[in-house]
Formats: sequence, structure tokens, C-alpha cells
Amino acid sequence: MAELHKLTITELSEKLSAGECTSVDIVTDILSSIDARDGAVGAYLTVDRDDALDQAKMADEARTAGKASPMLGIPVAIKDLLNVKGQPCTCSSKVLEGYTAPYDATVIAKLREAGAVLLGRVNMDEFAMGSSTENAALGKTSNPWNLDHVPGGSSGGSAACVAADEAIASLGSDTGGSIRQPAAFCGSVGMKPTYGRVSRYGLTAFASSLDQIGPITKTVKDSAILLETLCGLDPMDSSSIDVEVPALGEQLTDDTSLEGMKLGLPKEYFVEGMDPEVEKAVRDAVEHCKSLGAEIVDVSLPNAKYAIAVYYIIATAEASANLARFDGIRYGMRLDGKDPAELYAKTRSAGFGQEVKRRIILGTYVLSSGYYDAYYLKAQKVRTLIRSDFTEAFKTCDAILSPVTPTAAYKKGEKTDDPLKMYLDDILTTPVNLAGNCALSVPCGFTSAGMPIGLQIIGDDFQEETILKVGHAYEQTTEWHKERPSL
Amino acid sequence: MSKTHEGMDVGYVAKLACIDLTEEETTLFQGQLNQVLHYVEQLDELDVSNVESTAHAIPVFNVFRKDVVGTSLNHADVMANAPSSVNGEVRVPKIIDQ
Amino acid sequence: MKYEATIGLETHVMQKTNSKMFCSCKYEYGAEPNTHVCPTCLGYPGALPVMNEMAIELCCKAGMLLGCEINPYSKWDRKNYFYPDMAKNYQITQADEPLCIGGQVEVEVEGEMKTFTLERIHQEENAAKNTHVAGASLVDYNRAGTALMEIVSNPCMSSAEDALAYMAYVKQIMQYGGISNCDQEKGQMRSDVNISVRPIGQKELGEKVEIKNMNSFAFIKDAIEYEIDRQTTLLESGGSVVQETRGYDPDRGETFTQRTKENAHDYRYFPEPDLMPVQVPEEQLKQWRSELPELPAQRQVRYVEQLGLPEYDAGVLTADMATSDWFEQAMQHTKNAKAVSNFIMGEMMRLLSEQNVEISESKLTPENLAEIIELIDAKIISTGAGKQVFEMIFNEGGEPKIIVEEKGMAQVSDDSALEGWADEAIASNPQPVEEYKAGNPASINFLMGQVMKASRGKANPGAVMQMLKQKLDA
Ligand SMILES: [Mg+2]
Ligand SMILES: [Zn+2]
Repeated sequence: MAELHKLTITELSEKLSAGECTSVDIVTDILSSIDARDGAVGAYLTVDRDDALDQAKMADEARTAGKASPMLGIPVAIKDLLNVKGQPCTCSSKVLEGYTAPYDATVIAKLREAGAVLLGRVNMDEFAMGSSTENAALGKTSNPWNLDHVPGGSSGGSAACVAADEAIASLGSDTGGSIRQPAAFCGSVGMKPTYGRVSRYGLTAFASSLDQIGPITKTVKDSAILLETLCGLDPMDSSSIDVEVPALGEQLTDDTSLEGMKLGLPKEYFVEGMDPEVEKAVRDAVEHCKSLGAEIVDVSLPNAKYAIAVYYIIATAEASANLARFDGIRYGMRLDGKDPAELYAKTRSAGFGQEVKRRIILGTYVLSSGYYDAYYLKAQKVRTLIRSDFTEAFKTCDAILSPVTPTAAYKKGEKTDDPLKMYLDDILTTPVNLAGNCALSVPCGFTSAGMPIGLQIIGDDFQEETILKVGHAYEQTTEWHKERPSL
Repeated sequence: MSKTHEGMDVGYVAKLACIDLTEEETTLFQGQLNQVLHYVEQLDELDVSNVESTAHAIPVFNVFRKDVVGTSLNHADVMANAPSSVNGEVRVPKIIDQ
Repeated sequence: MKYEATIGLETHVMQKTNSKMFCSCKYEYGAEPNTHVCPTCLGYPGALPVMNEMAIELCCKAGMLLGCEINPYSKWDRKNYFYPDMAKNYQITQADEPLCIGGQVEVEVEGEMKTFTLERIHQEENAAKNTHVAGASLVDYNRAGTALMEIVSNPCMSSAEDALAYMAYVKQIMQYGGISNCDQEKGQMRSDVNISVRPIGQKELGEKVEIKNMNSFAFIKDAIEYEIDRQTTLLESGGSVVQETRGYDPDRGETFTQRTKENAHDYRYFPEPDLMPVQVPEEQLKQWRSELPELPAQRQVRYVEQLGLPEYDAGVLTADMATSDWFEQAMQHTKNAKAVSNFIMGEMMRLLSEQNVEISESKLTPENLAEIIELIDAKIISTGAGKQVFEMIFNEGGEPKIIVEEKGMAQVSDDSALEGWADEAIASNPQPVEEYKAGNPASINFLMGQVMKASRGKANPGAVMQMLKQKLDA
């Protein structure tokens, strides 16, 4: 049973239903793919071999017993900031050394319910703070398209394992672009759902008002199928919103017409310093959508340029409180001290990496006495303006097209010494997190150096259906998603 | 907020955050964070005096749960996670004062 | 120069909920350590808070009972500080938009009615419990995250007596409202006290000192008195008070410096992103208002006007809600309010204090008391015998009628028996008989005593008196 690891959820689901393969076959094949490639890619922190095979057996038995679900028996990799009962949850940090999650995140419970197979946990920037997976204390991950390049971040492992056919799909989390950017860098499909669409319960928080869990997959249809499994109101998450979950997977058919669809093009999104190859690929994609029948309209997001400033105030402020719990008392690493204060300081200094410390300090500062109004409150107000921009724009279009990142994946170490430069790369993804709406990253070309380029399709609140439709139509009429890295 | 950050005392803020920084880290962060704060100053261009603040992108109200007792964690699992414990309680260094 | 003190209180009250404020762990005092804990109240990665509806209801009701406005929009904030009793190293509380705003209460202080005003009541979560052993401290998270309200008064009191009367009032109302048991020994009611002293006539308040976390009324009184004294002496000698947080050492009866202004916490409050704001619908508030219980002041009026009790009795009976409820239960079985009141204020309170138990623990039920009173009123037993029956049941339990029968305590009103004892008393005591006939009516009491003695207390005193008079006046 060769090459099962190269297939999609949709293809494998058909094979499983037709009895052409079993989940055990798929997991076995994936495990050998991991063995063959992960030495070079470094996507995984831990692979739960035996456990995955057991889950696959159970899925096969369930299928025999009559259970049917599109995710049944499909192996999925998990970003290591989601709590999986009985497993570590390191967040790629030393500070969580020794912690065993005593509960399942809601998305994990949903995956189990759907019969998906949890393969193991993949690498990320520590506590999701970073854009290159270089801020990771427990392992290094490379871009499958060029091992000298970063896979993007913070869900670098999630994107790399899918691109390298080491998982059929994966879960990531997106606070300022952490799903879309690595998906773009690795040539995968990444979805940041609307805030409140997917429960955050069990997701180790970076910035609570911005974090969303979402799928990274090989195709748009797979994205729709996996997202549908993850969605829904969760009484354990007060920010989870009670909206109907549409049949996201089923709506994507062979019909690739975009007739009647208005797609907005924000002039502010073709920023200074953007790689001309990226700009060209995205503009070609826009033309392609037009050829599918879409009407292209100009829209304006005038406050988007403030997104980085706003984002790095709000996200770090929330993070400074969210990460206060990592103190060496109840779980994880502890360096003892003569009193609690010394214990905290020693544990946190040794347990956190540099970027995490830098952001905690920034976040602590912007909230501190005398600075709250000037930084935090102001940022929250500008956040309102950024959200209004989108509300306005969606009055004249159904979805917005833009690049995901100003450049394709860069070489490792290129930006590690300059945090601000690294932060500025998030300029095209952070506005969506601040506004709360949804966005999809779809492959739309390659640079001359052979690195993937991503097209961002931004939707209004709870309009995942629309952006998946646009993404699917684009993908099904182009060949980019069929390209695989040679490993 | 004009120029206030020039007084940002990284050492003091690190203490608030319960993090000990080395001298090198303090110097490094001081420079890098001042750069970030300088960048953030662009928000001064905007007059937001009449703008509401957004704490939740998609606001909803009154998300309650009923006052019903549910299952708690297994005590042994809680203790297994604690780096140090005595008689079912989590041990910490002596708390000297408030 | 004369000085005056200004006092404000921040009173923390643990609400009577089944589960904690933001998770479904049970709230139970005295459980095995760390058995009522979950990812949320332990601050585990990924866990999230969800509001307990009942806590919100109890907080709003507390506000209604203390004369507050219910805020049409309230929200949650994080208060950041590191401490081993804080699982997340931030407390979820309400900074600028609390559930209840303002409020005022009328309280009697040493016979004088005073008005004290509130600033606010906000909802928050409790901390874990630390205990200290040799060389270490231990943390039990069972209490972490339980529902806690903070009732903040304005700086409107001026003496320890004011503060105590105010707190006693708040405690009484919380108990009446079913909001909290306010059991201070279980830490269900704790206060931080803010005290400043200024020369009389000075407008602005003096430098404020905060004394943290006291649960005993006696300690609070001592701490306030000590602190007023300390600050006044300091000012009189030309010194100045330093703004700081102080602790109270009950062994030495003194306050001591805990945290100076320079080391004050920078709490870095900001809106809690994990919780949504609260907007209690008008209909809901109306419903809650209609469910509010009758308060002690209202009960007192009813006891006087409808039951005809003296004001003194009404005051004593309503001082404590359990007593008042017990009284009302007894009143469901008898019409004799004064007799019930007398028994409660007399026998009941004596026995409770002698044996140091709560009225709820008494083996004697309100029905038992009603039955005893019925027996007395029907002249089946004497009041004295009634008291004996009361004490027996209080100690051992039992049914009044059965005890009266078994112990042969019924009064004798039977004429033939009375006549025998009366004749014997007259025959063997010629001197008092002479005196009575000579115009000294008090002398009849001696004869009366003799009859009671002969009957071993069982003779009906009224009937005896009547019979003696009949025979002597004939
Ligand atoms: Mg408080
Ligand atoms: Zn709990």
C-alpha cells in the first residue's frame, strides 16, 4: 500500500470507505514517512507510535461497526500547546518540563469523537511567540522546500509536517498569523477561523483575545472538513460563540465558478519592501479569480498599517498575565529559592527563552502604572478602528485578497537578532486577529528560488464558508497545491 | 505617550514580571524594546479620544454556567504534576510576609 | 489640637454557592487538601473561566439588600501579582465596572442611628489557603477560585464601635439574605481596614494606613483602637503618618509594617479577555428583587405590630437570623408569641450559651416548644414544670406530652385532692390563718406554699389560691 502519506483527507476517506485501505495502513505508512523525513525536517517533538496505531485500530473497528465520519481514521499532528490528556504539553518551553496534561482540549475531544488519530505533537515557537519556529527550546524545524530556510511560525511544525507528508493534516494556532504564515511558507493551506468559532479550552493561551485554533492541510477541501470537526459552541469557553456550523466540506463541489462574487483588493496591503515576486504571484492570483467570474473591487483598510503597533501592545500585555502562571509551583520546572519570590525569578529566568522574556517585559511595561492609558488603552481604541475598516470593506465585497507575507520563507538566523524586523513581517496577518474575522492562506506560486508563496483570502465574521469557496475554486483551477518538496 | 519609554527601566519591569535578567540581557532588551516602543509611537498620529476601546473582537454578554458541581481532577494526578508536595499539599519555600 | 479618625472597610464575604466562581469544583470547607481542584482553579495551561450564575445572583441580591444600584454593565479585570496562594498569579476581579454601585445602610451604634455609605460591591475569586510548617509553606487549592464578594464602604466611620456595628449589620444582612453564612472562623468574612487620622476641622483626609485581612471582630476592634492611638500620638508629637499596609499581631495587640508605599504592588489591571461582560436584564433584576427576604428591621416591626411583642423582645429575637427563623417556626404551632419569646430569651439562650451550641443544633424543636406552651396554657403543667421539660428535651430530645406523663408532672386541679391538702394546711398552721383573718392577706402565701409542697409542685397554683380563699373567707 504505497504512498498513502501523500494523499489528502478527502482521498483517504474515500479509500477507507471503499475498503481499499485501513487506518492502520495509513498510520503505518505515515510513521515510515516520519522515520524517513523527520530527521531532516524536525517537525515532531514526540511521535506517539504505539498510541497512534492503537487509535487507528479502534478507528478501523468503529468503521466495521458502522461508524462513518470524514475524519475517521485520519492521522493528525497536534501543535504542542494543546492539552492532550496523559501527554506532555511543552509549548516548546523548558518551563513546562515534567508537565502532564490531565485533560483534553475541546478540539482534541472533538477529534477523538470524530475518530481521528492523534499522531503526536509538533514543534512551534515557544508559547507561540515567533514567526520562524527558531524560538523553540526543544528542537529545530526546517522548511521542507529548503532545509536552510525557516518553516515560518509559530505553527512551524504543523505546517512543515503537512508539507513533508509526515501528517495528513495538523492543528495550529493563530494569534497574529501563526497558522497562515507558516502555511504560506511551506506551501500548505492554513485557516484562521473567526474568533469564537473554535473553542480555545485547552489551548495554552498566548494572547487570549486573539488566539484561535485552526487546521493546516494539503487542500482547501481538507481544511473545510477538519474545520467543521473543530467548530461549535463550547460551554467551557466563554468566548466561544453560538453560531450555526455550516456543512463546510460538502459545499465545496466541482463547480469552480466565482460568478457573482465580489473580491476586494486593499491597496494598503501591497506594502513597501514587499518581494516583487510575491506581489506578482498574488496579483496573478487576483487575475485568475477574475477569470473565474469574480468581480474585483478596490477596498481600503486605512488603519491596517497600525496593526503591528497595536498587536505588539495587546498581545504582549495579555501574554504577560497568561504566562504568569508558569511559576514552578503547581507543575513544570522548578528551581528552588529561599522564598517564593526567589523561586519564581529563578524558575522563570531559566525556563523561558529570550523572546518570551522580551515579550513578557514589554507586556508588563505597557500595563504598568502610568503607562496603561498611553499604550494599552490606546491600542484597544485603535483596535476598534481596525475592526471598523473591515466592517466597512465587507459592505462592498464578499472577501478580500492579499498576500500572506511580504516575502517567502527566509534563511534561518536571518532575522533572529532584530525582533522589530521579525515583528514587521506580521503586517498582513495581524489585522485579521485584531478584528476577529477569518482568513485562509492558499498556495499561489513559487519564488525563483523555489519557495512557496501564499494568497490570503480574508472573510467577514463567520464567513468561513465564503473564503473556503473562493480558495477551493482557485486551488482546483491551479496546480500549485500539487507541487511537493523533494526530500 | 511621547518619549515616556526612554525612561523604561527594564530591570524594574523584569522584577514586576518575576524574571531575573542577566546584565547582557538587560542591555540587549533595553535597546530592542526601546526600538519597539519607538515604532509604537506612530499611534500618536491618531486622535482616538472619541473611540470606544475593544476588549473582545466579537462581544457577547452574560455567558454563565449553572451552579452545579462537576468532577474535579484526580488528586494523585495533581500531586504528580507538583514539583514538590507534602501530605497532599503543594510545598513552597517559607512565605515570609505579604 | 484635637484629632479625629476616618475609617473605611473592605469586607470580603464568601458566597453560599455549590461550586466555585469560575469552575465547577465543589466549595466545601474542611475537605481533604487539593481534592476539589481542576485545571481552571489550579491555573493549568489552557484552562478557562466561566461565570457561576448563582454567584452573580447572590452578589446582586447583596447589593439590593445594602441599597446599591445594580450596574447595567459590569465587566471583569485581571489583577496581577505573584503570590503562592494565586494559581494564575492574577486574580479575576472587577476594577472599574463592578456589579453593584453605591449603597447605604442605617446602623444603630450605641443607641444612636447612623448612616454609613458604600462605594461598591464587586465580585471576585478567592485565593488558595497557605499554612506554614517548619521551613516551608503548604498550599491547598480547595479554596482557590471560590466565589468572593468585596463590599467596599466609603471612609465614613470614625471609631471602632462604628466599624463593628457596621460589620455586624453587614453580617446579619448577608445571613438573612442567604448570601453567606459569614462564619468568621471559617474565613467566610474577612475585612481590610483603612484608617487615617486628621486634626478636627481639616478637610482632606490624613495619610491612610491599611490593615489587611482580619476575621475576628475583637481583633478588628483592638487593631483600630491601637492604630488610631498610634497615628494620633505620632501627629501630636509633630511626626507624620506614612502611607503603608500594616498587619495586626493579636498576641501583642499591635499593628506592624508589612508593605510601604515604595514597595506597593503595581497590579497592572486590564480587562479579562477570557470573560464576557455582564448585563443583567431588567426582568431578571425584578425577579431577584421580588425574592429578597424580609430584613431584621422589617421583622421587628411585624413582631411588635402583629404579634404584640415588646420592642425589646423583637430586637433580641431578630438579632440573629437562625433565632428569628426558629421563633417563626414555633409560631406556626402556637399563638402565644410572648411565651415563645420568653422561652427563647430565657431557657434557650441560657442553655445555648452554657453548652456553646447553635440554635440549629438544639434537640428541642420549635414544635416541642409550642407543645410545652400549650400544656402550660391549658394548665396541665406549671410554668416551672414547663422549664424542666424544656431542659430535658433540649438535652435528650423527646416529646413533651410523653415526658409529662412519664414523669408524672401534670398539675393537679382535681378538687378533692386539692381540698385534702388545703384542709390539712389550714388545720396544721393556725398562726397564718389567724393573721389572714386579722387582715393580712399576704399570710395566705404561706398556706399556699404548704399546699404546693404537699402536692410536690403539681397542684395548680390558681386553683389552690381560689380554694384557700374560699375556705378562709367563708
Ligand atoms: Mg479584592
Ligand atoms: Zn476548579
